[in-house]
Amino acid sequence: MAEKKYSNEFLLGLYRKMVLIRHFEERVKFLFLEGIMPGTIHQCQGQEATAVGLCAALNDDDVITSTHRPHGHCIAKGLPVNDMMAELFGKTTGCCKGKGGSMHMGDISRGIVPAIAIVGGGIPVATGCALAFKMRKERRVAVCFMGDGATNEGVFHESLTMGAIWKLPVIYAIENNLYGASTPVKMVNMVKHLSEKANTYAMPGLTIDGNDPLAVYEAAKTAVGSAREGEGPSLLELVTYRITGHSRRDPALYQPAEEKKAAKANEPIGRFAKYLLAEKAAEQSELDRIAGEVDAEIEEAVKLAMAAPLPKPEDALEDLFVEGV
Amino acid sequence: MKRMSIVEALREGIRAEMRRDERVFCIGEDIAIPGGWGGAFTVTLGLEKDFPDRMLNTPIAEAASFGVACGAAMMGMHPIADVQYSDFLMCAFDQVANNIAKLRYMSGGKLKMPLTMRAPVGVTGRGSQHAQNMETFFMPLPGIKLVCPATAYDALGLLRSAVRCEDPVMIFEHKLLYGSKGARQESGTVDASSEIPDEDYTVPFGKGIVRREGRDVTVIAALLMMHRSLQAAGALAKEGISVEVIDPRSLVPFDWNIVRTSLAKTGRVVIVEESPKRGGIGAEMGATIAEDMAGLLRAPIKRVAAPNTPAPFSPPMEKFYVPQVERIIEGIRETMKYGKGHHG
Repeated sequence: MAEKKYSNEFLLGLYRKMVLIRHFEERVKFLFLEGIMPGTIHQCQGQEATAVGLCAALNDDDVITSTHRPHGHCIAKGLPVNDMMAELFGKTTGCCKGKGGSMHMGDISRGIVPAIAIVGGGIPVATGCALAFKMRKERRVAVCFMGDGATNEGVFHESLTMGAIWKLPVIYAIENNLYGASTPVKMVNMVKHLSEKANTYAMPGLTIDGNDPLAVYEAAKTAVGSAREGEGPSLLELVTYRITGHSRRDPALYQPAEEKKAAKANEPIGRFAKYLLAEKAAEQSELDRIAGEVDAEIEEAVKLAMAAPLPKPEDALEDLFVEGV
Repeated sequence: MKRMSIVEALREGIRAEMRRDERVFCIGEDIAIPGGWGGAFTVTLGLEKDFPDRMLNTPIAEAASFGVACGAAMMGMHPIADVQYSDFLMCAFDQVANNIAKLRYMSGGKLKMPLTMRAPVGVTGRGSQHAQNMETFFMPLPGIKLVCPATAYDALGLLRSAVRCEDPVMIFEHKLLYGSKGARQESGTVDASSEIPDEDYTVPFGKGIVRREGRDVTVIAALLMMHRSLQAAGALAKEGISVEVIDPRSLVPFDWNIVRTSLAKTGRVVIVEESPKRGGIGAEMGATIAEDMAGLLRAPIKRVAAPNTPAPFSPPMEKFYVPQVERIIEGIRETMKYGKGHHG
């Protein structure tokens, strides 16, 4: 019998994180629509495999930057849902003490730069993190998550140029969910694959099935490995699909019905569950147990967040500078 | 003790800070090309010989340059990022305003952004796009400390404070005060050199300085305008008008106490700036004085500033545009029409 490539523990770990992201997002959507949760949200249902597959190739001291759609990245990199839920409720126990909210979710102590919600804004920042690692000769890498839309921002070109000429340990990860807000990717790009843009910077560029966590993991492992060895950056295009609206209450009428139907059949969690069962990595009962555990973890987070104190209004004046105001 | 221009003081200051602290590095366009200029005004000339690995020449890509500096600072380095002309900060504005200024706050105070930025300002015969005093765009932006040294002593002291502090600091440097030499020498240069003490002094943020004491009217002016205001004060002294000149040195934080103390004495204030008057740094100073110190005033607040147009090229128009000594004198005289005699 051939030896299995992945341990069951590893596979179920990926599955658990993907389910945690999906259920977290669904619970948050519900809280939001109920009017209990303030603010706005950009959710990532359907895109769980990109974040989980990629972060599985990272170490704790590696760093990621994220976008206006950051919840999945944060969970995948290891931010506890308690800290995230409290942040969404604007509580002092939140990961940014209520100063960030959904769009700036993060925790630098876990290698997550507070999410940068200006499209493309995180690309040079991740590049700069990588520069610091290289200058100090640390074997750490930075991963820049960005959407397909970010690749048309000017700062994409500026940053990838710098990452390439200085051979920095950075991975540029495009989550191509086929729409920049409501605009189809094909309407605003001449290349067939966004990964072709890597050619301009003479760096490896790959298009990966972003709904397959193992395909993402394998590509990430190669890119992270070469970054750590000082061979410079890579560009990964992870093709996926957003099975929810762009932001709150968006019915996504611009997504054709046929496309939506196909995307539902191709969504990463159902697909990965089928794979796990076929590979006999788990029984259905085990997958059900994981879902139950995840739900309990989320309910606990909601309970804690709702009970946590709100900041004092004048706390708004804190945290601007290290010294002085 | 040694006499130095601003350019020399900054260059030696950067060299010493890089020696002292391995986290410090420079990033910018044309800053360290052998045979090049050492940045647009020679501040970093030759530093690549001492620090071949810490003088990073970037492509012409200001947004990424400042974004990269931001990321490196967050990871514990201390970059000194510069632009050739402060106008080019517009290209980097998203990174400076949305990331550098806000990431610490958005993180709930969990991260630090030890980053020094340098930006040459001033209207200097180059038309509209290499001329702006960008202070005016940053004044309303919380999260960055803003300093504006008018002398070599202050340039070095404020640079040291900036590099040793854990927050982002923008240093506005005036092209006509640098004292750059050779091909990068500016015509119309004003001597801003100082005797630089041997000891390792710093100039703190938020501490203005009285450059000339006077009884009748307070003039607040930074950078080149401070030097012109001193000339105006000298001329008016001959007519018996006693002008006090305050150089704020920092715009954020701002030394309101030094203004209050001076106004308690003079009761009149003229604010001089090189930028268009509308919404400028003088507007902020004037509004705060009107709000908090109106009781000390016996004359309306007077602003001497550029008109609300871009900087023009042709010399007579440029001279009209930038406040000259004569216009400052005129502004002071106008203020002197109110509240006869001395205070108290």
